[in-house]
Amino acid sequence: MNILKLLITVIFLINFFSSDLKAKNLGTEITKNLRCLICQGQSVYDSDSEFANSLKILVEKKLDDGLNEKQIYDYLKNKYGDWILYDPGFNKNTYFLWLLPILMFVFGGAIILRKVILKKKKL
Amino acid sequence: MKTKIFPIFLIITFSIIFYVFYKGLQNSNIYTPEIKSEIKIPSFEAKEFFSKDNVNSDQIFIGSEYYLLNIWASWCIPCKEEHKYLMDLSKKENIKIIGQNYKDNFVNAKNFLIKLDNPYDLIFSDNDGTIAIEWGAYGVPESFLIKNNQIIKKIIGPLNEKLFSEIKELTQ
Repeated sequence: MNILKLLITVIFLINFFSSDLKAKNLGTEITKNLRCLICQGQSVYDSDSEFANSLKILVEKKLDDGLNEKQIYDYLKNKYGDWILYDPGFNKNTYFLWLLPILMFVFGGAIILRKVILKKKKL
Repeated sequence: MKTKIFPIFLIITFSIIFYVFYKGLQNSNIYTPEIKSEIKIPSFEAKEFFSKDNVNSDQIFIGSEYYLLNIWASWCIPCKEEHKYLMDLSKKENIKIIGQNYKDNFVNAKNFLIKLDNPYDLIFSDNDGTIAIEWGAYGVPESFLIKNNQIIKKIIGPLNEKLFSEIKELTQ
């Protein structure tokens, strides 16, 4: 009987701690990807400004309401625009941003390739 | 020939860079994203400032009147500057001023109103600042001109002479 009680307690405790940890981590995860709009250059998670602190509370509230990560991002995007996200979505304003590295890579690759081919021809 | 082109090219490049950076110096380094005009006001529940009764946003913004929602706090110094404009606006018949007391101490806020007079038709408290986020606000002071449940104008920062006359014109 005692063993059973102990087992139940242990299972309960494990569940309790693991679920709490998960929820906390998601809130942290979300606030790390949010830009603090009044202390730019810092994430909401890092900042201790009034705005960031409110936003942390709000994210926790929304998580409690059952919203998922994407819904919270959409909700905040609706209020503050794409700028609040550190990881902006792929849309017509960000094509250039997302494609620039690939473009540079292709362009640089082409230059290197050309040099290599020219060198080979000389040899 | 080649040696002459290079210094000229260098000078031109550096003058362009200098010009761009010099211009950039004068720009504000705080980026505020474009605000979509004509957006619907959020719905929320808050506590009335004096009575602590629950008020719902639909009970505050009714009908087709003009409302000016002003987010303020007693600890906010620019709020004191804009106070005289709010007092002037409160004398106008066709506009109601709603105050949102942001992260404030009740006694300090009350003293603020006693000292400087109360321009608000109604005040509600926003103790944890989450209602401000519902509005898409950044901090204090911030004002929203509202008509028919739509935000017609968003003002970040304190009111000034120019914004004051703009509001007057819009609410004519």
